[in-house]
Amino acid sequence: MNALRVGWLYLRMGILNELQYRVNFFVQLLQSLIQVGTGLVMLSLVYSHTNELHGWKESELLALIGVQILLGGVIHTFIQPNMERLLEDVQQGTLDYALTKPEDSQVLVSVRQVRIWQVVEMISGLVLVIVGLTRVGSSIGVLDALAFTGALAVGAVLVYCFWLIVTTGAFWVVRMEHVLELFEGIYQTGRWPVGVYPGWLKYSVTFLVPVAFAVTVPAEALTSRLHLGTFLVSVCFAFALFAFTRWFWRFGLRHYSGASA
Amino acid sequence: MRTAIAEQIQYRAANYFYMLGMVAEPVIYLVVWSTIARSSGGAVNGITAGQFASYYIVWTLVRNMNVVFGAPFWEFRIREGNFSGQLLRPMHPIHYDIAYFAGWKFVVVAMWLPLAVGLSAVFHPDLHPSALEICVFIVAIWGAYLLRTAVQETIGMLNFWTTRGAAVFDLYMAVELLLSGRMVPLKLMPGWVQTLANFLPFKWTFGFPIESLVGDMSTRSLLLGLGAQALWIAGMFTVFRFAFRYAVRHFSAVGG
Repeated sequence: MNALRVGWLYLRMGILNELQYRVNFFVQLLQSLIQVGTGLVMLSLVYSHTNELHGWKESELLALIGVQILLGGVIHTFIQPNMERLLEDVQQGTLDYALTKPEDSQVLVSVRQVRIWQVVEMISGLVLVIVGLTRVGSSIGVLDALAFTGALAVGAVLVYCFWLIVTTGAFWVVRMEHVLELFEGIYQTGRWPVGVYPGWLKYSVTFLVPVAFAVTVPAEALTSRLHLGTFLVSVCFAFALFAFTRWFWRFGLRHYSGASA
Repeated sequence: MRTAIAEQIQYRAANYFYMLGMVAEPVIYLVVWSTIARSSGGAVNGITAGQFASYYIVWTLVRNMNVVFGAPFWEFRIREGNFSGQLLRPMHPIHYDIAYFAGWKFVVVAMWLPLAVGLSAVFHPDLHPSALEICVFIVAIWGAYLLRTAVQETIGMLNFWTTRGAAVFDLYMAVELLLSGRMVPLKLMPGWVQTLANFLPFKWTFGFPIESLVGDMSTRSLLLGLGAQALWIAGMFTVFRFAFRYAVRHFSAVGG
């Protein structure tokens, strides 16, 4: 409960701080438009040469891209800024300031930063999802919508866990800034249904870097092709990974000796 | 240049992270297009899965060669106030930029080799270059490096007037993505896009070097391509010189 309160407080502070820089809104808007535009061009190119990609029609894939951008927005707003700050703190030795506070350290390092203008990205993703779904034509039931929300939340948790595990690695490796590029690159695999990838890649983006769970599963929920089994597996996987992350963070902290401060 | 080589060799792990992230992009395109090629009877617009594989594997090398001291660095340079110190050096700062990354390229290419072998084992590229094509390719990737440097340094000059250079840079990246052959071989684009691309600099940094090795280009078009690259390089560096002169006049340091 206390964790939630602290999180909420930091979130409010972060938002107020960011709201000072209004021009960033327009910059972000332009960037989102560019992102959506290139996505659409690629989509129309692909479908000018084929009608179906591994069983996905154009409008369904549009919804999938929407989900990918939407979740990308969540990551860029809430998760990535914190992880970048944590990496920097470990390198510079300023992490001690967070560790000495009388609150759970994992909560603290996960809520310190928020880039609220990236919300634009979430909205543009949502618009794509809606456009895609109206084009599909089949009405989605309440159950599908619920499954979608659930799957998306699970996806966010999985991505958070992945990020924190990797960032915790900085306690040993220190220089990790390229991890960002690595994740961004791999996250792009979520643009396409995971089924198109060859086996080794499919499994790595499902379990090693949980992009498939995070993007394909919610999109499957939207297009009524999600099996209950897949959904349950992803929920269980999220719980297991979260528990592991918690343990790994503590384990990392015990090894961390600080770098003067 | 030698300091850059030594510095980058120290950070092998960091470099590999970077390269793996970079490789994800072409692998995605490759998988998508070879899926389509297979499902539509072996080829898209005459390009087979094997040819897609060779296109995108060569792509990874060209992409690595194309990493330059780009526009975002200028933003950093100016904002942090490093630039004042560099202005005091006797040589134009661009010499330092070009040499630093050129040195890095040797490390990058050495590290790229195992990656290329791995990718080839997985995707079975279909590649039979002639001796001439290899020669042109080697020249063309350095041409691409210089051209992209010139273009990006010029865009970087915008940072002297605005602190939001990043937005312009994103726009440039999007245009480049579509018109350079970075996202798809230009052959798959509609005809008018291909014509447009011929008259813009982007194609000469991605599409041309790749096609020179992968595609069956005539000797004439190979040499014409190199000529076009040279013209663009000369042109862009001239623009850069003027932009730089104005920019420095406009510049008043931040810190130092």
